[in-house]
Amino acid sequence: MFRRAPDRIRDQVTFTFDGIPITASAGDSVAAALLAAGIRACRTTPVSGAPRGPYCMMGVCFECLVRIDGVGNRQGCLVPVREGMTVETQKGPHVLSAELVP
Amino acid sequence: MPGGVLMGAPRLRMTAMAVSRIHAESDIALVGGGLMGACLAWGLARQGLRVCVLDEGDIALRASRANFALIWVQGKGFGFPAYTAWTKAAAAAWPQLASDLKSDTGIDVGLDQPGGFTLCLSDRELQANVDTLKRLHNQPGAVAHPYEVLDHGRTRALLPAIGPDVSGAIYCPLDGHVNSLRLFRALHTAFKAGGVDYRADHVVDVIEPQAGGFLLKGNWGEIRAPKIVLAAGLGNARLAPMVGLDAPLKPSRGQIVVTEKAAPFLCYPVVTVRQTDEGGVMIGDSEEADGASLTIDHGISSVMADRAIRMFPLLADLNVVRTWSALRVMTLDGCPVYEQSRSYPGAFVTMAHSGVTLAPQHAYDLAQAIAAGGIPDEISVFGTRRFHVPACA
Amino acid sequence: MTSTTGGKAAHTVKDLADAYDVIVIGAGPAGLSAATTVSTLGARTLLVDENQTPGGQIYRSVLLAQTADRERLGEDYWKGREIAETFLRAGAQYAPATTAWSIGPANDEGGQFIGHEVGVSAGGAARLIRARQVVLATGALERPFPIPGWTLPGVMTAGAAQIALKTSGLIPEGRVVIAGTGPLLYLLAAQLIEAGATVTAVLDTTPKSNWLKALRHMPAFLTSPYGSKGLRLLRTVQRRTKVVRWISGLSAEGQGELKEVVWTAGGQEHRTPADLLLLHQGVVPNVNFSNAAGCYHVWDETQLAFRPQVDEWYETSFPGIAIAGDGAGIRGAEAAALQGKLAGVGCAARLGLIGGEDRNRHASSLKVQLTKVTRGREFLDALYRPSKAFRVPQNPETIVCRCEEISAAQIRASVSAGAIGPNQMKVFLRSGMGPCQGRLCGLTVAELIAGERGVSPDKVGYYRLRFPIKPLRLRELASLPQSDAAKVAVLADLADTHHSKAN
Repeated sequence: MFRRAPDRIRDQVTFTFDGIPITASAGDSVAAALLAAGIRACRTTPVSGAPRGPYCMMGVCFECLVRIDGVGNRQGCLVPVREGMTVETQKGPHVLSAELVP
Repeated sequence: MPGGVLMGAPRLRMTAMAVSRIHAESDIALVGGGLMGACLAWGLARQGLRVCVLDEGDIALRASRANFALIWVQGKGFGFPAYTAWTKAAAAAWPQLASDLKSDTGIDVGLDQPGGFTLCLSDRELQANVDTLKRLHNQPGAVAHPYEVLDHGRTRALLPAIGPDVSGAIYCPLDGHVNSLRLFRALHTAFKAGGVDYRADHVVDVIEPQAGGFLLKGNWGEIRAPKIVLAAGLGNARLAPMVGLDAPLKPSRGQIVVTEKAAPFLCYPVVTVRQTDEGGVMIGDSEEADGASLTIDHGISSVMADRAIRMFPLLADLNVVRTWSALRVMTLDGCPVYEQSRSYPGAFVTMAHSGVTLAPQHAYDLAQAIAAGGIPDEISVFGTRRFHVPACA
Repeated sequence: MTSTTGGKAAHTVKDLADAYDVIVIGAGPAGLSAATTVSTLGARTLLVDENQTPGGQIYRSVLLAQTADRERLGEDYWKGREIAETFLRAGAQYAPATTAWSIGPANDEGGQFIGHEVGVSAGGAARLIRARQVVLATGALERPFPIPGWTLPGVMTAGAAQIALKTSGLIPEGRVVIAGTGPLLYLLAAQLIEAGATVTAVLDTTPKSNWLKALRHMPAFLTSPYGSKGLRLLRTVQRRTKVVRWISGLSAEGQGELKEVVWTAGGQEHRTPADLLLLHQGVVPNVNFSNAAGCYHVWDETQLAFRPQVDEWYETSFPGIAIAGDGAGIRGAEAAALQGKLAGVGCAARLGLIGGEDRNRHASSLKVQLTKVTRGREFLDALYRPSKAFRVPQNPETIVCRCEEISAAQIRASVSAGAIGPNQMKVFLRSGMGPCQGRLCGLTVAELIAGERGVSPDKVGYYRLRFPIKPLRLRELASLPQSDAAKVAVLADLADTHHSKAN
């Protein structure tokens, strides 16, 4: 769906999406990195479970919500991708981390 | 920005106005379309009355829009045992109301009455709450409600998500909660079926008692009705004296924090933290003697957020999507007021802070009484006379 | 940080002072210019922006751009470099990757107003920072485009594709359809085609009747800078891809993701397989901040949007809060930069840094330039006024509120059940209560209600928005200062009033 202009292939950063390794360019937002990797849907809604993907890329639509390093409902288009980052599909509502409960 | 009136709206004349022409002759006019007014309107229509509801517009104080949606018995009625009884009766009647609304409208109001908790973050807090309940149960003529005092371990057995700072809890099996937005929608949806003539953007400026009824006026025009009920929340203070009634209120501001939807983690309502059936977590509520400012105080939100996290540490990373403040419809003693005017019979004033808890009482008992023309003894204890005699407590 | 953020960028909210003379929110042309101007005139200034580098959306990532980007995106984009670089050289402090989430009055212990308090958050930590003056430069967002299937993955805004191009050099490939109306539609189509994207079709939803209405503004437009640029873009796009005009119906179809774009033109239905559908029908002021702050807004019938009312110094109805740039009404990037300067001069005067005469001297040439750069705007507003069919969904099943998944039919039914305004609609349906806080449904809901009631949106109003206008983690809220009064307001519980408070 998207390819990257060759002149914009920069320092490579590797992260995982739902466990699959993905290579991005430094400076990509998580949402841009997912689009570059051909991923269109990154969450399901808490209301009906319908799949959704990045829509506005400027932080206003909240469609690109993903789970990043264990924290749910983060705006993928506003978070720069970092080496080793764990990104997961946001499945429905924010699931509170059980490990915090003593 | 808004504030227009409905007059001159061509399409509306085809719909709502057409209905209002049919019901131009009302048996009773209610001022206020919040939970109190809506419950009464629904109940009065079920009694066979032709009901007209005059409501404000889209922007109004509307305590009903800012409520915490608890059905709460625990601790109610100190200094006023009849209020404990009234509240218990309400909790018991809630399943009937939920079921009637479901059959009228198909809307499930999300009633859930598993019992409710007051979580305490220190032994002192727990003790203070226990003392309050003891005083409630030891007062003359006390009406008991069941409750249990739970230590940390027993609380955690029921609420596994609590943090180590919770020293204990009070549990009352009669408590519960509801989806108050769906309750509001169900009542308004039921208006249609019940023939209630609902008119938004109809602020009532003046009420004039006349022979055989009352004339209500606003910038929208005027209507006449043989009987009226003032269910206008804080607006009652302005309207009540026009018909020889009194609506003593005191300023009380509350603030609420709401989060995004979370996967279910809390199966019981807690008096200050509850998870709605849609997943959002509501955190509240504060109380200030401030009846004017609706500006959000982040310091208050911070204290509430801090306590919520100490109660449930897993809430820390949840996103807050809204905070708001609202003014409670708080009477001088916090208990409801229902009264018929002695100088102008046929005019009633009704107000209560607990519009959700008491919804069935308003929809059934109170509506029946008003339809019958008078307030019976068991309800007349909620008259304003109690504010004019020396307190016995 | 890097050279793109300058030497004085704040890394965390801890690096910020407790108070500034001026806080500017947003680093697009208006915000950058306001901060540059007012800090140069001597004000202690902080600029807060959500993005990693300055530029806003129009000049997004402009300081990272290289020659190839300049060729792809054009000279108008490249102009942003100077605005951003000038800002970095000026004396303002810069907080990138920082979200501003509230504004409210700050009072001293005696209850006297001492300034504004702005809630900011970065890297998961929040703070409240005081300022005597605030400039909101929160810009625009794309007008909602509620068509059937617009929630499917694979459907995005045209602006989103442009941002992906600017920030990451991403070029759409496969079967790409661009649909809608507005100047940006053809600009984006041209940029994408130049960059080598495979654009299957441009579906132009501009109604035929708009041309007649726009005609009288044509002379001003043709002699404006927009004129020649616009015609050039049109020619480029028409030469290089299929342009279908007079589109009267549009939908996206697919199970779980976009598969086909379906449109109606000339009474005929057409469909084409698509991997990406880019929607655009103009931009509207982003009013979430100014609305939640309580600034007075008006309905702009020309631009079909609510905008805050501002004076000649861009000060709102709320003293000390100014709004410059597209957030105060859509005028474009060049006008935004000039408005930012005027707002900066206004702030400096209110702070007493310059006198009235100085202020007016600074302003006079700016105002002349502003008139010049906004020439031709009437033509664009008239020509690209989106048709009602695409603003107010005709298909009852169309999702209006994407967050709560509320359809047009539900909204219409609720109006007749008594929800006469957007705020009663929230109670009835939860529309606008999701995380986007009405940004993608507010105008649609207002126009739907207005249509059902047969009144102007002006009479219907808009959602009353609440802080935080961007989500804030509960732990961040819990970290804010807690006064004794705040503790008493919550913990008076211990003074016996607890139980009487519950519903």
